[in-house]
Amino acid sequence: MSRIDAGKTWGGALWVAAALFALAGCSERPQETERASSAKKVDAKAWEGASPVYNSPGWKTGDRSSWEAELKARNQAQNEYVRTR
Amino acid sequence: MARMKFICDAERCIECNGCVTACKAEHEVPWGVNRRRVVTLNDGVPGERSISVACMHCSDAPCMAVCPVDCFYRTDEGVVLHDKDICIGCGYCSYACPFGAPQFPTNGNFGLRGKMDKCTFCAGGPEANGSDAEFNKYGRNRLAEGKLPACAEMCSTKALLGGDGDVVADIFRTRVLQRGKGSEVWGWGTAYGKPAGGAAQPKSEVIKS
Repeated sequence: MSRIDAGKTWGGALWVAAALFALAGCSERPQETERASSAKKVDAKAWEGASPVYNSPGWKTGDRSSWEAELKARNQAQNEYVRTR
Repeated sequence: MARMKFICDAERCIECNGCVTACKAEHEVPWGVNRRRVVTLNDGVPGERSISVACMHCSDAPCMAVCPVDCFYRTDEGVVLHDKDICIGCGYCSYACPFGAPQFPTNGNFGLRGKMDKCTFCAGGPEANGSDAEFNKYGRNRLAEGKLPACAEMCSTKALLGGDGDVVADIFRTRVLQRGKGSEVWGWGTAYGKPAGGAAQPKSEVIKS
């Protein structure tokens, strides 16, 4: 290979490298905000309970089935056909 | 799992505002904010009716759809809640809500609109259950105490029913059958949609929105 051909090859390689470097600026930047991953807090489940001081008697904190049963019982307290029977 | 819903029986509501008072007292709601209020239809005209209105915790809540900062979420029980730390008080939810539920405190400078406040179905918000932070921002979390909303439990005539949608619909259906009238459920269709696939429905005849 003559010195002129070698120079042309190197020149071409440099052009390709320069083009790649320049195009790198056109790539997609991440557009997710920080909020998307962190913002909305996770709410605790209702059946996990709150302060036991004010808990309705008849269910155990953290026991989902007893919580549901308690709510069902209280729901029926709104039914006068049951209450006044 | 229960799907929480409200029903207001217009035949029974005597406009006593007990539900409004119970809500304000339970959650220490500030002046100018009414999470629940009683609306009278055809006031002064024979046959006038009153209904207690608050956030209905819609099945397909429009407030959730329009919120630009996505601060709303739905609990396992179908209660629509929001995170006040994200809310920017823009008021879009207020325009979208068919029940006028979102409220905005105006206690800031120059009538500044504060963060949105609304009925939580007494389920608090995204803070530790029963914590001071939760109470200060959202009010009491009765659901986590195994209780139903104060407004419904306090209602003297039991016009306002709150709880598992199937159960309150059954209670209402029994009443309508007993008295033979007053099957209108204001807002039920708007909030929870028309019956599909055997969904709970208080009465199939008349559903007014």
